[in-house]
Amino acid sequence: MFAYYLQLALRSFRRNPGLTALMILAIALGIAVCMITLTGYRAAAANPAGERGAILFSPSLDSWDPDRAYDEDDKTLAPSMLTYRDALALQRSPIPDRKVIMYKSGGIYARADKGMEPTYFATRMTTADFFAMFEVPFLYGGPWDARADQGPEPVVVLSKESNEKAFGGANSVGKTLRWQNREFRVVGVLDQWEPMPKYFDVSNGAFQDLEGAYVPFAWGPLLELGSHGNTNCWKTEAINNFQDFLNSECIWFAAWVELRTAEKQRAYREFLDNYVTEQKKHGRFPRPLNNYLYVVDGWLARNKVVEDDNRAMLIMAFAFLAVCLVNTVGLLLAKFLNAAPAAGIRRALGASRRDIFWQHLTESGVVALAGGMVGGLLGVLGIWALRAWYGRFVDEATRVLPFDEQNFVIVVAIAVATGLLAGLYPAWRIGRAAPASYLKVQ
Amino acid sequence: MLSMSSISKVFRTDLIETHALRDFTLEVKAGEFLAVTGPSGSGKTTFLNIAGLLEPYDGGTYRLDGVDVTKLSDDARSQLRNEKIGFIFQSFNLMPDLNVYDNVDVPLRYRRMKAPERHKRITNALEIVGLAARMKHIPAQLSGGQQQRVAIARAIAGDPKLVLADEPTGNLDSLMARQVMDLLERINEMGTTVIMVTHDPELARRAHRNVQVVDGQISDFRPYEAPIAGGLAHARTEQVAGAGA
Repeated sequence: MFAYYLQLALRSFRRNPGLTALMILAIALGIAVCMITLTGYRAAAANPAGERGAILFSPSLDSWDPDRAYDEDDKTLAPSMLTYRDALALQRSPIPDRKVIMYKSGGIYARADKGMEPTYFATRMTTADFFAMFEVPFLYGGPWDARADQGPEPVVVLSKESNEKAFGGANSVGKTLRWQNREFRVVGVLDQWEPMPKYFDVSNGAFQDLEGAYVPFAWGPLLELGSHGNTNCWKTEAINNFQDFLNSECIWFAAWVELRTAEKQRAYREFLDNYVTEQKKHGRFPRPLNNYLYVVDGWLARNKVVEDDNRAMLIMAFAFLAVCLVNTVGLLLAKFLNAAPAAGIRRALGASRRDIFWQHLTESGVVALAGGMVGGLLGVLGIWALRAWYGRFVDEATRVLPFDEQNFVIVVAIAVATGLLAGLYPAWRIGRAAPASYLKVQ
Repeated sequence: MLSMSSISKVFRTDLIETHALRDFTLEVKAGEFLAVTGPSGSGKTTFLNIAGLLEPYDGGTYRLDGVDVTKLSDDARSQLRNEKIGFIFQSFNLMPDLNVYDNVDVPLRYRRMKAPERHKRITNALEIVGLAARMKHIPAQLSGGQQQRVAIARAIAGDPKLVLADEPTGNLDSLMARQVMDLLERINEMGTTVIMVTHDPELARRAHRNVQVVDGQISDFRPYEAPIAGGLAHARTEQVAGAGA
């Protein structure tokens, strides 16, 4: 009978093409809007570290004002960044399998042979483990080693885009770039790498562009390179030079550790508590002991990377789908009740209520199927439009949640389920209609 | 074939109750051709709808071909209607967007018949009504008489035991009405019980038996021998037992 119901549905569409198109459009719009919003949301909410997100940790120490919590909205939270002294202290711990401290700086880079226009590159001052810890892909060369951190050695890793600007995209390993009046040797060039969100430094914008250059952390204090990102201070201190600034309670550093076993994680937590307790003896950390060790997911949640308005937008998208659904219910109801005399005749000829119900539900399903397919295509067009509008973020979103054949099938399946849901009541109503009243022309 | 005993049917609104049928008792034998007459609003169509299992009733007993339909589920009633009853309506009630073939196919679809069997029955039914050459026509391309013949083909395609015809010639001119009547007689001669509601005394006279419905109750009277001036309504009426006498 399903084939017969299908045949009747197609006949019905031919009979009312305008109304059918309206219903398909209503479902398609709802599905497309949901699909685009969901793509963006899931990309923003995704854990870009994958399975490694469970062994990467960001420590958070409460070095803040004794009279005022770091976050007035959630007084339990400790600062999301570290002081220079604390960052160095954490970096000295032997417990982690890997450890990174870093901050965002920047400056004008140029080539000694004047082969490029002097160009500003945001620069991440970091340590050697950064590249292995965050699984950074290399196009040419590789990361510097731990010795380069100690020296520090004048080495730089360029992003693919920066290498494009500085060396036209050629293999630049071994070549030099001038920065801060020094020659920095290129040891590596990154391949395309766009973790989204930029979870390792959410304090400077989880969706900001990645830095164009990476330089050993120790060059920061040595060259007195200030932060090109956020810096927060709470204490009135005499800061007369860069060293005073480094020794202050101002926070602008990020730290990450890789702890592969539960034992190491426990030991590191103990280390943090011991460190802060020790510092209290020196008059620091005036607030109660309040340390955190966040996994990637927890870190993203703590920093509200997926903002409430993103969630609100997602809810609104689904609310829009619901509105489309209600409209579809109305249109289906109008269409089906208009066809009630035909249903009455079918009842007289032997169709049961169940037959009439399934016939009309099949029609709803076919409308929804068409709506889903049109919605899927509109969604793809919408994502293309967003890519063109917002550049790399939606591109990344699409990479994180690629819209392939499987997703298309999922979208269409959601649409069909939605359409069947929308068709349930109208199909039930038409199935309950009394046939006798439609059979007699008075 | 059909046995109704003390059937009652009341239509209710917030303000009024209308007793469409009251203490309605009727027996129709297999192979009979029965004409049901009566003034407008007397309950003829309500009777036909109940007989066709399209309308529930409030009281009494109804047996169709030996089956007590009172407590049947909708599925069972629909199956019974599909297998045992064929409908013919005054306004033909063909599906306007289906061609002749597909219109006749409708009741067979609900019997879940295989395509070859359906095809055989459809072509046979259309041959009986003389429209085998018009299978691909849609109803709008046919005259009123032809449309009613398609409706008859649809009614008999499933080989029902009972055909219910509600004013089958009401929308036709006299020539076409006669053709339709001839067909009904032919169907009846093939063994099918026919119950026909009509206002036309001439057509009623061609039935084996006439019953008149007045105020939701029936009067039984013999076949006409000749038309009577002043119409049928009160002619030679005999009250029958249990019909409000």
